[in-house]
Amino acid sequence: MQAKRVTFGGGIVPYLLLAPQLAITIIFFLWPAGQALYTSLFAEDAFGLSRQFVGLANFVALFEDPSYRASFAITVVFSASVAGISLGLGLLFALAADKVGRKAMVYQTLLIWPYAVAPAVAAILWWFMFDPSVGVVARGLRAIGIYWNHHLNGTDALIMVILAASWKQVSYNFLFFLAGLQAIPRTLVEAAALDGAGPWLRFRKIVWPLLAPTTFFLLVVNIVYAFFDTFGIIHATTGGGPGQSTTILVYKVFKDGFESLNLGASAAQSVVLLVIVIGLTALQFRHIERKVHY
Amino acid sequence: MVESGRKLTFAAHAALILGVAAMVLPVWLAFVASTHPGTDFLTGRIGFLPGPGLIANYKEALFTGSSVSGFPPVGPMLWNSFVMAMAIAIGKIAISLLSAFAICYFRFPFRVTAFWLIFITLMLPVEVRILPTFEVVANLGMLNSYSGLAIPLIASATATFLFRQVFMTIPDELTEAARIDGAGPLRFFWSILMPLSRTNIAALFVILFIYGWNQYLWPLLVTTDQSYYTIVMGIQRLAAAAAEADPVWHLVMTTTILAMLPPVAVVIAMQRLFVKGLVETEK
Repeated sequence: MQAKRVTFGGGIVPYLLLAPQLAITIIFFLWPAGQALYTSLFAEDAFGLSRQFVGLANFVALFEDPSYRASFAITVVFSASVAGISLGLGLLFALAADKVGRKAMVYQTLLIWPYAVAPAVAAILWWFMFDPSVGVVARGLRAIGIYWNHHLNGTDALIMVILAASWKQVSYNFLFFLAGLQAIPRTLVEAAALDGAGPWLRFRKIVWPLLAPTTFFLLVVNIVYAFFDTFGIIHATTGGGPGQSTTILVYKVFKDGFESLNLGASAAQSVVLLVIVIGLTALQFRHIERKVHY
Repeated sequence: MVESGRKLTFAAHAALILGVAAMVLPVWLAFVASTHPGTDFLTGRIGFLPGPGLIANYKEALFTGSSVSGFPPVGPMLWNSFVMAMAIAIGKIAISLLSAFAICYFRFPFRVTAFWLIFITLMLPVEVRILPTFEVVANLGMLNSYSGLAIPLIASATATFLFRQVFMTIPDELTEAARIDGAGPLRFFWSILMPLSRTNIAALFVILFIYGWNQYLWPLLVTTDQSYYTIVMGIQRLAAAAAEADPVWHLVMTTTILAMLPPVAVVIAMQRLFVKGLVETEK
């Protein structure tokens, strides 16, 4: 990693400049993460009086636990649906906005603000719309014979949180796809049009491949979002229920740690999540490096 | 020339209008709900049009709260959210500017180590170190305080990298000239680097303010005292009350509108900076 060619001498100055950032990093990030790793290797009794080294037993127990495996499956369905819906709609709106040209700015303003809505707040909006007794959408569904009840029906609850999480994320994907589309040279598209390629063929053969780096980057970002930033969506509305139907991994680590006080299992879950983040971050950075080499 | 394709343009407009409608509908319905008196919810009279209770509801939510469910007024929560968002945004920018400056403009042992230590924070969101971080904050006596709400969140790899990128584009001739004129490192930082990074700072501020305002899990962990609730996490307590026997939907939806108004207003008012900040931080 390079520094500037011209630098200052400084002695102790650079250390002082770095001190606040490093202090917070060590106290609130590295030390707790180390603790999580350490705790995950121990079993502790319910009163916290004694602990015993158990090696990887917590992890084995975790993956043998049907409720954890169920939570994993729910998280995969949840993340794939959120990423699919919000990427799809983001791309659709970006293509449309690119097509309408100069008037796109107006639509941009009208489409990007949901980014600023907190996930928990977005969830409450959808929770309310679908509420079986007062929600407008639930009432509409009832009129066509669908009895929606996310308090009792696990599938309904899962669909509701997926819609809420996607609603908030569309604006982000829209912005990045639009920027990606506007970076594609007009001449390429025009040349293809001259050669007689219609809109669909041009999209498939030119736009989609050139957009691939953006799509890949957004895919990773959306998965990270669905895995980690959606805690509030679950906690503010379904509370993981009904039953266990909306207990995604980040919610489970919270519940097992703070409500069931199962420290070893919670720490092991933290470590599993940590491995997932490291994997996703590595993916993201490999992508950035490739972009640099183009 | 690309065919003008009237049909396609029409379809594009139609898709965008539908999209905007889908974005606006949930908020419109929430707004409608926030203008109806609580009793309207029992009879199911809430539709697509606002009711007569706008002022009464907002007054009740902001200043009295719900006596039935024991929910405190949200006025102070708005203030707490504002303080936390400002502290996080300013804190992150300040310490990231300093560390980026140290990493770019000095050569010293452990420079690369420091860089990697900062980098690692990217991989440690609150969710993966939730219990131990809570313990650290509890041991430091920072539960139920503004410092506990803000300080543990202000380390920022993203902001440090962003400022590093900005500094790397600043020509070395400026540094040389400053040094010849006798400016020390801090003078150079304050009089040359800061003014040159002004728009980047502003763009980042918009993003970080929204980030801080929308924090949920962290305030949930470190506040048990109602006087430190932030509005985004406080809303959940109210929604939980609404799910009980005596629903206070009108207050829940009023609070929802109040909770999203400030960050949404910031995005709309500072759209250009917002887009710049968003695109830059993800590079």
